[in-house]
Amino acid sequence: MILPVLLWSDLLIYTLIASVGLFLWQLRKNPQAKKRWSGVFSSKVGMASFIVILFYILISLLDSLHFRESLPRLENSSHQEVAYSSDVKSVLDKVLIRLNSRNESTYSAPFSLHSFAKENMTDANGSVYRDYPRLKNGGSHLNDADERAWDVLWRSLLAIIAGMIIAAIPIGLHRYYLARKKEKGLASNNSIPWHVAYICVTLISIIACWMLSLSEFYHILGTDKVGEDVLYQSIKAIRTGVLIGTLATLVTLPLAIILGISAGYFKGWVDDVVQYIYTTLSSIPGILLIAASVLLIDVYIETHSEQFNLTTLRSDFKFLALCGILGLTSWTGLCRMLRAETLKVSQLDYVQAAHAFGVSHRRVIGKHILPNVTHLILIAIVLDFSMFVLAEAVLSYIGVGVDPDMYSWGNMINAARSELSRDPVVWWSVSAAFILMFTLVLAANLFSDEVRNAFDPNTAKGDA
Amino acid sequence: MLAYIVRRFLYAIPILIGVNVLTFALFFMVNTPDQMARVQLGDKHITQQDINNWKAQRGYDKPLFVNSQKDGLEVVTQTIFFDKSVKLLAFDFGKSDEGRSIGGDIQERMWPSLAVQVPTFIIGIAVNIFFALVIVMFRASLFEFSALTFCVMLLSISSVFYILGGQFFFAKMWNLVPISGYLGGADAIRFLILPIIIGVLAGIGAGTRMYRTIFIEEAGKDYIRTARAKGVSELNLLFKHLLPNGMIPVLTGVVVVIPQLFMGSLLMESFFGIPGLGSYTLDAIQAQDFAVVRAMVFLGSVLYIIGLLLTDISYTLVDPRVKLS
Repeated sequence: MILPVLLWSDLLIYTLIASVGLFLWQLRKNPQAKKRWSGVFSSKVGMASFIVILFYILISLLDSLHFRESLPRLENSSHQEVAYSSDVKSVLDKVLIRLNSRNESTYSAPFSLHSFAKENMTDANGSVYRDYPRLKNGGSHLNDADERAWDVLWRSLLAIIAGMIIAAIPIGLHRYYLARKKEKGLASNNSIPWHVAYICVTLISIIACWMLSLSEFYHILGTDKVGEDVLYQSIKAIRTGVLIGTLATLVTLPLAIILGISAGYFKGWVDDVVQYIYTTLSSIPGILLIAASVLLIDVYIETHSEQFNLTTLRSDFKFLALCGILGLTSWTGLCRMLRAETLKVSQLDYVQAAHAFGVSHRRVIGKHILPNVTHLILIAIVLDFSMFVLAEAVLSYIGVGVDPDMYSWGNMINAARSELSRDPVVWWSVSAAFILMFTLVLAANLFSDEVRNAFDPNTAKGDA
Repeated sequence: MLAYIVRRFLYAIPILIGVNVLTFALFFMVNTPDQMARVQLGDKHITQQDINNWKAQRGYDKPLFVNSQKDGLEVVTQTIFFDKSVKLLAFDFGKSDEGRSIGGDIQERMWPSLAVQVPTFIIGIAVNIFFALVIVMFRASLFEFSALTFCVMLLSISSVFYILGGQFFFAKMWNLVPISGYLGGADAIRFLILPIIIGVLAGIGAGTRMYRTIFIEEAGKDYIRTARAKGVSELNLLFKHLLPNGMIPVLTGVVVVIPQLFMGSLLMESFFGIPGLGSYTLDAIQAQDFAVVRAMVFLGSVLYIIGLLLTDISYTLVDPRVKLS
């Protein structure tokens, strides 16, 4: 028995995905937008980075389906009610159950068989000595430490083959779909480099298979201070990173679009007010404004602790508040650009003509202004996304980021400060956070470059 | 020119008032001094008396806007709003919640911040411009493509990793410089070298890309084509024609951040243990010392507005075509 738990952030991310899907469905009919987007995807870099981002989003969506499991009923209890665990889990936890349930007692290096710290142990004769104890789960199936290299190699080989086979299924289906489309005589766009997509999918599938299958027997990224698997932590942190990027961006958009366009379109006092608001906001050092607001949220949570009976609810509330604050403090850049562009566009002849025909403001903005500034919005969305993912790490380090109970790359990096000064150095936790974060941000940055190339009228190629 | 500057200063006043009101609303109305005291005292079993004492010590026991118990002008001056916010406008920062003078702390801690920020800023610009020029020189080649990809990679790395990596390799592995700390006088150089190098490195990705865009735009202009047609060598073209003209947007773009160099860098100073304004702010955030955070917010916005003004003035200085009116 499970009890589904709907966190606000889950609801928001699924609504967001649904509306993006709807938006893209609508765009199908718009030939110009279609051409631009196929421009993005006909570049190899654009295609590859999109697939990587998609993979991250998929993981965070899996991690956004939460539930509470029922506790085993007590023998002598007469209650008919089912008691639920206060531990909120997600579908991803179920997939990674083998990672989650095999904790050690403290640090251990990747693929290590022994703990990082020495412990008192008793040998067969009953005398006490100090040595590195064997891990409870890491490589516990091996009798001899020398077998490890062959074991890892053999399992990796199997995992790679499995990964290839799994990747072959979607690729095969897609090829079949393309072939059917061709048969029906539908002209397909040949410029899209599907082979890049196939290579990416295969690589991701191989890496995922390798990690999943090896992590059943080893801690492939080691364990942290309390013995939790680092791979598990860094995968769980994907949701935090992706959500903070998307939700904070979502907050900036309405503010920037509505205020920016109305300032540029209506001019006069509206323009003065909007300019005043964004100059004031941007004159406050961003990080201080964020820190101050987060401190206030902390105070609010502390004084209203009765509203947050589950730790997950509390950290989710704080997380959403953080997204809101990040969004509220960073819309000014896009707003300024939109205002300037709207000023320019609203001087164009056809906008003037629309005015002369007596077209309503709403229609002019919707039909003439908005489509002409879409490229600015699109570019800002992708750039903001990567900015927020990076910001989360810095904020968590400063102590005004996500809740310390939440898995996040920032919290992992934060712990690395003391880990790097240990001897021998505990490098695996921070490296794992680095690699996962770097991949996501790099993909987003590369994708934003492609979007800019395709949509920005100053750089767009072959656009008559 | 003078009239313009005076007018810009007057324009800054409503913005500063706005900042002031916003921070006041954030710090006193959204969460009341009572809640602040409760969090600061931290204990679960605190009495109203403890809270009142805490507030009285720090001057938070007055009414927010109107003090009806006083007469005359004191009705408005004996309030939290006047005491904590209006006085900021006269750069009277008051005392921190620990009882130290904030103004004195700022004057003392400004110098270490500047010692890190100014060299980072100047070397950073020089290095970025150099790389941008080299990329422009080899444009439309494999070199440009790989250099730009490398830039994207550099700017995809969080600044925290630059600092951690720098400390790990330079200080811990190779023992070249101390990991962190600070000393006054000539000894400071040993402690400053690593933060400066890391600051420059962390900025290369974004900076080079930005300056490259500026130079590329400049390179498409007519005078460059004319110069090339005249037979000016490619190197001369780059340094004698392109660079001076490209410097106009570069310089006017960076002027806005110059005043803010005072504020120091939060991350850098806390990682390297430099006693500047950045670590001051960070300590205040972590200790929830709202008086210091408020003062730094105000100082930051003043510096930003000065930066905007300097930007406008610098336009006229470097480009005689621009007239301020």
